Amino acid sequence: MDYEAVIGLEVHVELNTNSKMFCGCSTTFHAPPNTCVCPVCLGMPGVLPAINRKAVEYGIAVGLVLNCTISKWSKMDRKNYFYPDLAKNYQISQYDLPLAYGGWLDVEVDGRTKRIGITRAHLEEDTARNTHTLGGGDSGVDFNRSGVPLLEIVTEPDIRSAQEAYAYLTLLKQILSYLGVSDCNMEEGSLRAEANVSVRRVGDPKLGVKTEIKNVASFSGTYKAIEYEIARQISVLSRGESVVQETRGWDPDRGITVSQRSKESAHDYRYFPEPDLVPIAVNDEWVEKIRASLPELPRARKQRFVTQYSLSEYDAGVLTTTRAMAEYFEETVRAGAPPKPAANWIMGDLQALLTESKQEISSCRIAPSDLAEMIILIEKGTISGKIAKDLLPEMFATGSPPDKLIKEKNLVQLSDISELESIAREVIAANPGPAADYRAGKTKALGFLVGQLMKATQGRANPKLANELLIKELNKIS
Amino acid sequence: MAKEWFRLTAHEIRDAVLGGAVSAEEVTRSFLSRIEQVDSKVCAYVDVWRDAAISRAREIDARIRKEGFRGALAGVPISIKDVLCTKQGYTTCCSKILRGYRSPFDATVVERLWEAGAIFLGKTNMDEFAMGSSTENSAVQLTRNPWNLDYVPGGSSGGSAASVAADEAACSLGSDTGGSIRQPAACCGCVGLKPTYGRVSRYGLVAFASSLDQIGPFTKDVEDCALMLGTIAGRDPRDSTSVDLPVPDYCQALNKDIKGLRVGMPREYFTEALGGEVREKIEEAIRSLEKLGAEVVEVRLPHTEYAIAVYYIICTAEASANLARFDGVRYGYRSPRATDMRQMYHLSRSEGFGPEVRRRIILGTYVLSSGYYDAYYLKAQKVRSLIRQDFVKAFEMCDVIVTPTSPTPAFRIGEKTDDPLQMYLSDIYTISVNLAAIPGLSMPCGFTKGGLPVGLQLLGKHFDEMTLLRVADAYEKNRGFDIGHPPIN
Repeated sequence: MDYEAVIGLEVHVELNTNSKMFCGCSTTFHAPPNTCVCPVCLGMPGVLPAINRKAVEYGIAVGLVLNCTISKWSKMDRKNYFYPDLAKNYQISQYDLPLAYGGWLDVEVDGRTKRIGITRAHLEEDTARNTHTLGGGDSGVDFNRSGVPLLEIVTEPDIRSAQEAYAYLTLLKQILSYLGVSDCNMEEGSLRAEANVSVRRVGDPKLGVKTEIKNVASFSGTYKAIEYEIARQISVLSRGESVVQETRGWDPDRGITVSQRSKESAHDYRYFPEPDLVPIAVNDEWVEKIRASLPELPRARKQRFVTQYSLSEYDAGVLTTTRAMAEYFEETVRAGAPPKPAANWIMGDLQALLTESKQEISSCRIAPSDLAEMIILIEKGTISGKIAKDLLPEMFATGSPPDKLIKEKNLVQLSDISELESIAREVIAANPGPAADYRAGKTKALGFLVGQLMKATQGRANPKLANELLIKELNKIS
Repeated sequence: MAKEWFRLTAHEIRDAVLGGAVSAEEVTRSFLSRIEQVDSKVCAYVDVWRDAAISRAREIDARIRKEGFRGALAGVPISIKDVLCTKQGYTTCCSKILRGYRSPFDATVVERLWEAGAIFLGKTNMDEFAMGSSTENSAVQLTRNPWNLDYVPGGSSGGSAASVAADEAACSLGSDTGGSIRQPAACCGCVGLKPTYGRVSRYGLVAFASSLDQIGPFTKDVEDCALMLGTIAGRDPRDSTSVDLPVPDYCQALNKDIKGLRVGMPREYFTEALGGEVREKIEEAIRSLEKLGAEVVEVRLPHTEYAIAVYYIICTAEASANLARFDGVRYGYRSPRATDMRQMYHLSRSEGFGPEVRRRIILGTYVLSSGYYDAYYLKAQKVRSLIRQDFVKAFEMCDVIVTPTSPTPAFRIGEKTDDPLQMYLSDIYTISVNLAAIPGLSMPCGFTKGGLPVGLQLLGKHFDEMTLLRVADAYEKNRGFDIGHPPIN
């Protein structure tokens, strides 16, 4: 019997506004526990929330790029439940009138385009973070995260496989990074995905019983968890049993999902409109202002790179992976570097240096204008490509411009014919054996002699010229 | 014998202090000795800030001398309901669950009074979390009505009302969710105002029902009421529901005539159920207004009968969420008997909250529960809109509405404690006002034969406190009796 999976995703995105959703506290991740707190995000008696306008703008921006309708009139609600990480024991969220709704996102899976419906995107506040001592006993609550703005993005149950889910998450993360609305850092929890998974017989219009998979720390984890869950549910149904509606956690060590909470113990959140806040009114003017300020998104940028810079689809794709890399490339080209060599250097040597040192291109010490200058020097023949390969790590480590390093280390390419001729003669004289071999027809010996010449010039000799002149000298009758 | 400065109104004290007739310190000491003298009988205060008040008074005196400080409330001793956050002293809402709690910040209204030069004498008793009509639900103490110590002072701001009535403070700040300023003001014979919802910042008011709560003053006369309102009103970015409307000079409402002004009498409020001395006094007051040239018209408030039901759904629903934060995790009472997380919540809240608070939390949780939300909460919100519409329509026919503040004068201590429903019904004339978000003012309009004050309630259009104060001031100056001082020494 054939089954198909029906999957919907809920993604929580921490918005990287400077201050929290309802107070002025910093949202920084790297702070000692309970140092970015105030009476509001601690839920002290007598406090009131005041909404962060920037967070609303970020939410609208995300709504627009996900092709949603932006609500002219939305409101915040209280979601009530008791837990020590919830300062007020209610979370301010949005229930029936979300900020954005009814959108879609097209993702590429195996060369096909799949449209995934976006049900809604709504604003809420993050909870604090609970920590427990090993073996139990003591628990601590860090309220630094309490009140950090969150955008929850919910898809329609349009996803049919783990690959589609993975493609959606990857593209969504890329878009959110491009917008600059979130750090999208999964380790720090600024992006969290939950999957609702059910299976049904192919052709059955009715949805199967779903389970909700939580606590997955990476997209590849989500991929594996969905794969596992689909297989598990199919095997349950094949045995003639039924799937239990429940929340399941992903155990990455064992590679399985584990039951956490069944529907019987599900919360009644007793949502009601937040009386401490006035409704969020969004007029067309505001939406259009935000729309006008949206950056070029990855797909459009990739196409432009192909046409404007004559790059291959592949190169354009790699260079537009992140907005920072795309911008780095364009700045390098604007500073005078030809596009193709610029692309090669960035995707090749520079990316290797970044990967090796675990750095992001945004914090790279080589200014795009310096990389452009280096490429221009190669094009002009001032330095060799080989020299440049050694020069780049120096630039990377020091942040110094190439001309300064070239002067300091005397790296200018040797292209003076008479000087190279005399060095070639010296090399031949110093290596009579290989010279004789070459003349005897063993042309391989030339490589050795070129190597010796490069060594004698500390690698500065123009390699093409060195080759030509050695052959010329060797062919002279001695 | 030293002059009895504690007998004076706020504006009289301010003028005397700024005019150099007396120092703020002397005034403050006068109030402090009055508190020492009578508060063991009245029990209005739960905390008196004796030393802080004196050093604050000295500071005000020095600023007047050195900087020419001219604050609107310079040297005026004021008491504060324990539901308002103050850095000084404790903020407990007279609940066991907040015993010993110190707020890290001052409420916006407290800051504004401070900037105006007020001197804070301490915190006053109240029904726990402002839930009650007699101040008998305080976990701290019973407060007695200064006019007759066997009677309640009203509630929930009973301590504030009693402190002003007994001359233990020139003015006080209270909060009003369903009548908690106006009803005790009526019981104790002072002026109490619940401003329009949004007129005064709620930041620093420990929330009971967020969409109904409003802070307002208790004063000895209407002029002080105008003075206090002008000081505390205005937009506050920390309270999104505070409205960005200019704050007029409310003292401009004083000493004006009310000729041709239309006074509405709601037919639904003057039924056979309203009887006895209260009706007599209200009708007398209305005749006084007529004599002053006002025109009395009958108005209709057809949805009045639903007000109490709607109120007790909305206020309990909001309270059930607002009071969820008292969980023993970060502050306040945590049961020593708790051995796990569930017990920590369960025992801390069961032991920390009193019976009335628990009753309302349970009611509120119920009306918001899945399956009941539409029938209770949603329906109540719809009826609330109708009640609001009633007032908007009524105000097409009149400029102010006049009603009793309470169907009866103050009752005996213990008389209604076993009958919560009877207690809820005593708020019948005040509750609709919070639901409609309009301003309401209570002021004395006479005494019963037994010597208890009767309160007259004046209601105005949204943000039209000016007209309320104008009518109140005209009536006060022509009502033909002096409120005097309660016979307590």
